[in-house]
Amino acid sequence: MTLAGFGSQLLQLAIALALAPLLVGWVNQCRAWLQNRSAPSLLLPYRTIRKLFLKDAVVAEGASPIFRTTPYIVFAAMCCAAAIVPSLATDLPFARAADAIALVGLFALARVFMALAAMDIGTAFGSLGARREMFVGFLAEPALLMVLFTASLISGSTSLPSIVDTLAHRDLAIYPSLAFAGVAFTMVSLAENARIPVDNPATHLELTMIHEAMILEYSARHLALIEWAAALKLFNYSCIGLALFFPVGIAAAGGGWQALLGAAPALIGKLAIGGFLLAAIETLSAKMRIFRAPEFLGTAFLLAVLAMLVNQLLGS
Amino acid sequence: MSGIPLYAQFINLLAAILLLLAFAMLTQRRVLSLVNLFAAQGLALAISTGIVAFGTRQPHLYASAALTLALKVVLLPWLLHRLIRKLDVKWDVEGLINVPATMLIGIVLVVFSFNLASPISQLASTVTRATLGIAMASVMLSFLMMITRRKALPQVIGFLAMENGLFFAATSATYGMPMVVELGIALDVLVGMLILGVFFFQIREQFDSLDLKHLEKLKEGE
Amino acid sequence: MTPTPLHLVIAAIAAWLAIGALGLSRPRHLRFISRVLFPAGAAVALALAVVSGFAIHALPQSTILPLGLPDLPFHLRLDSLSAFFLLLLGAASAAISLFSAGYFRSSEGTAPGLICFQYHVFLAAMAMVLLADDAYLFMVAWESMALASYFLVTTEHRIPEIRRAGFLYLLIAHIGAIAILLCFGVLQGGTGDYTFGSMRSVILTGAWPTLAFFLALAGFGAKAGLLPLHIWLPEAHPAAPSPVSALMSGVMLKTAIYGLLRVAFDLLNGQLWWWGVIALALGLATALFGVVFAAVQTDMKRLLAYSSIENIGIIVAGIGLAILFKAYAKTLLAAITLTAVLYHALNHAFFKSLLFLATGSVLHATKERNLGKLGGLIHRMPWVAWLALVGTLAIAGIPPLNGFVSEWLLLQAFLFTPSLPQSFVNMLVPLAAAALVLSAALGAYVMVKFYGVVFLGRPREPNLAYAKDAGPFERAALVYLAAGCVLLGVLPVHVIELIDPINVMLIGSAASHQIGDNWLLLAPINPDRSSYSPLIVLAVIVGVVLLTMQIVHRFYHGRVRHAPPWDCGFPLQTPRMQDTAEGFGQPIRQIFEPFFQIERQLPSPSDLAPRYSVKLADHSWRLLYLPIARSAEFLARIAGNIQQGRISVYLTYSFCTLLALLFFVR
Repeated sequence: MTLAGFGSQLLQLAIALALAPLLVGWVNQCRAWLQNRSAPSLLLPYRTIRKLFLKDAVVAEGASPIFRTTPYIVFAAMCCAAAIVPSLATDLPFARAADAIALVGLFALARVFMALAAMDIGTAFGSLGARREMFVGFLAEPALLMVLFTASLISGSTSLPSIVDTLAHRDLAIYPSLAFAGVAFTMVSLAENARIPVDNPATHLELTMIHEAMILEYSARHLALIEWAAALKLFNYSCIGLALFFPVGIAAAGGGWQALLGAAPALIGKLAIGGFLLAAIETLSAKMRIFRAPEFLGTAFLLAVLAMLVNQLLGS
Repeated sequence: MSGIPLYAQFINLLAAILLLLAFAMLTQRRVLSLVNLFAAQGLALAISTGIVAFGTRQPHLYASAALTLALKVVLLPWLLHRLIRKLDVKWDVEGLINVPATMLIGIVLVVFSFNLASPISQLASTVTRATLGIAMASVMLSFLMMITRRKALPQVIGFLAMENGLFFAATSATYGMPMVVELGIALDVLVGMLILGVFFFQIREQFDSLDLKHLEKLKEGE
Repeated sequence: MTPTPLHLVIAAIAAWLAIGALGLSRPRHLRFISRVLFPAGAAVALALAVVSGFAIHALPQSTILPLGLPDLPFHLRLDSLSAFFLLLLGAASAAISLFSAGYFRSSEGTAPGLICFQYHVFLAAMAMVLLADDAYLFMVAWESMALASYFLVTTEHRIPEIRRAGFLYLLIAHIGAIAILLCFGVLQGGTGDYTFGSMRSVILTGAWPTLAFFLALAGFGAKAGLLPLHIWLPEAHPAAPSPVSALMSGVMLKTAIYGLLRVAFDLLNGQLWWWGVIALALGLATALFGVVFAAVQTDMKRLLAYSSIENIGIIVAGIGLAILFKAYAKTLLAAITLTAVLYHALNHAFFKSLLFLATGSVLHATKERNLGKLGGLIHRMPWVAWLALVGTLAIAGIPPLNGFVSEWLLLQAFLFTPSLPQSFVNMLVPLAAAALVLSAALGAYVMVKFYGVVFLGRPREPNLAYAKDAGPFERAALVYLAAGCVLLGVLPVHVIELIDPINVMLIGSAASHQIGDNWLLLAPINPDRSSYSPLIVLAVIVGVVLLTMQIVHRFYHGRVRHAPPWDCGFPLQTPRMQDTAEGFGQPIRQIFEPFFQIERQLPSPSDLAPRYSVKLADHSWRLLYLPIARSAEFLARIAGNIQQGRISVYLTYSFCTLLALLFFVR
């Protein structure tokens, strides 16, 4: 654990925190362009978060301490996840402490606490959101784990920097099982980040909400932290996808400052393209009815299992 | 993994895409998407035959690839689209069993085919023999699709997809079939499609619907 | 002569029996029993745990007690496997005994002295099962365990459902005992010597080892709650008083696991790979079954009972995987898998006991077991609620607590499987890993439902406002168990070093110097391959939370206003608008509908008093148990024809027997 490694770790975390709202703003802009609307400013999420921090927090009367600490815990879990996923370089000392399975565990930590906080107030929409979120999570979490397992079977390790090292820095090889895993991963990330076709992030109809229903009671700095954590989650999922399926451009360990700075344009370019594709998928699909969500996620899960089977068969 | 040449890796990738498309056809509800997926499968097949031709330097496979392209990507989907337009078919096809159960059975079939194929692929001498399991799996999945559909058109598409899988098995295990055999099969498939098209009109006129449960009424003592 | 650990353990067992006898001498004197005897039992349990902890690393010791049959006295043996399970027994039962000191308040059906006697006999019998080194003592102790727990289950014997549950429990326990007895009969291999030492040296050939293994799987599986002999678990665990449920779920099921490990790895000399596959499949089916049923329950304790079935399924699946690895002589991987299995058993003892004891407190405070009548208890019972939160997070497998560590180890073991030679097994394992992950994810769903409906939200019934928090003994026990969950979660390397001698004994290879030289980092095989450090994760999460709080309060502000809940501006909100337990479980019921046997009563639009009811039952009642019960009744009725009631008929029977004997002796 060298000083350079520590520095690279903190730099990646800082970039993740800074760029995540920008990614959300970019996706909203692309969506507006594709739908022939005029786009909001690219920096709108930053202004929203700042505005929320300035407000007074309004807490419901029956709330327990779980309600007030959950935003911090969720934010901390997402920061930990951002510290593990290699976005710029694979020199991440903290990744020794948590591997891919622990990454899924961190997402589960955030999800469980959000669900508990939603049930804490005791309203109908809170428990509706909690139930739906745990339901989507119960199907999405195994699918994500299977995708990560496929990658780890190929690279022989569950530590994310090692996976990226194997996939990016060895000779160019094509892994067919990653084709299946890629489709499965796309479906899972749509579900987990509350995007169409699973959940509409811009909806105001309560009966169709999943993620929004859980945070109905939050305001001010709590809501700001939760929005930032949601943006971080999208950023993390994008970086996981890029690390597993398009790892070119991620600096290898021991590259120093120059390698990190060289990797930054690659990251920004890839995220821009990814954001555009996400907006395209959202524009071209319609939101599914909630009881079709198990079929959607079940398909993702079985595709991920199939990826592992294809890996066993073809040896790659 | 590094011992396999690049073109063989491409073939593995296309095999995986073929299996993915077979799975997607199994779970797809809309008929128009089924036809498009079938066309995509034909395209993947044509590209993989072309790559095998390039990698193993067998020029007759280029002709085979061109034939596949013409037949399965252009002609058959066009015929199917015309049929759909004439029959005015736009249903959501509900299967006999629900989608998750179908997919679970699909996975079991895939495991079975992979296991079946692994001793056989040891005997073959081609570079792409590992994909034999995938080819068999796509055949099985298309068969499953034929079984679990209630309307006639998806069953026909399943039959055509099965032929796709068999063709891929042939290319991967033995570098293609003799040209005579291929032309014969292509002709059979084309004629079969035309006859089936006529049949559909007859069924529709008789029963006013293409739901196959009407055909069950032909049993005696009913 | 310094007392060896074995002598100390025997002394602990004798102490428990003495405490039980003392309780029997003054049956109605509640203060004596609850303030003196139960805490004394807890102290003995703690001492037992400490002694066993030391004994794991010591060499095996045996002794022979001059009790038992004339030519088969009681053989006792304390080796690493027994010591580990004794540690589990001692550590968990110390907390449960402490809790019982505050729990048994008024005499509910049975006198407290009698409960004390049965309880301590139960503990002593379990310890004897773990120490037994010959088949006779094992069966005697096993039977005593079953009988003592039967009496404990039927503590409130005036209620017919409880009597019925107890009867079912006893029935299945005896079916299992018959299978275990037959298994020992096969294992002795014709030598007539029923000590375990001789069974270890007997080499069985042909189909006998397979028969022995499957008899053991059936017999111990019946006690552990494996499919399809699980039917007693959801009935008996809720029927018993909560400390007894905790003891049964947390400790007694593990003695069955001990028995299975003892037979499969110690008494049988070689393992076959397909035993492992069948155990793996059966374990995963049990796990999925348990968790799906847990998701639709409306009774607190039934939910936890089904969750125990799920965890036992995971443990048996791990045992199957270990057998598979050992059959292919991959001893290091088998050691890692076995470590994961034993770790999970220890974890389950802690967090399941914690949850059952918490439901006991809730039951005492509110007299309600039905989830639909609870809610909002975090405000009225803060101690119980916060400690139950630790238990809930642990059982849901959330890092950095203990449930996650054992799941992590087991998943890592699954990822090693591509190195197996047989391709069929190689393909099966991704499917097995998928099933395991699915049941773990659903477990989190179930636990959020449990905690959210019981403790969070608003009270669904007005009388919940009178609920009082738990007493000092109960609080102490819950704190102990919660601390255990946290420590087991953040110090995994120490626990693995504790478990390692068992690997050496059963499999012949140690895993620990592969698993972690660094006390901070858990890294099986190789740190580059995978590593996990729960302490660092915990420190970072807590650090970031505190840092964020400080920064936000410094740069902005920390003002808070209180207001009624927003609920999208809905004016009339009642607590009944929250999700009920059925509501929360409805998506799972919809997806997994074929698993259940559903009886629905739906109202029609013209009903004057509309009524909606949904009853979910287990298919195995209708498919397996009722046909067997009916055929048993049928056979009994046919056999009953012998009973004619007339003296001349009975005299005819005696006469015919006499004639037959004379004929044959001739």
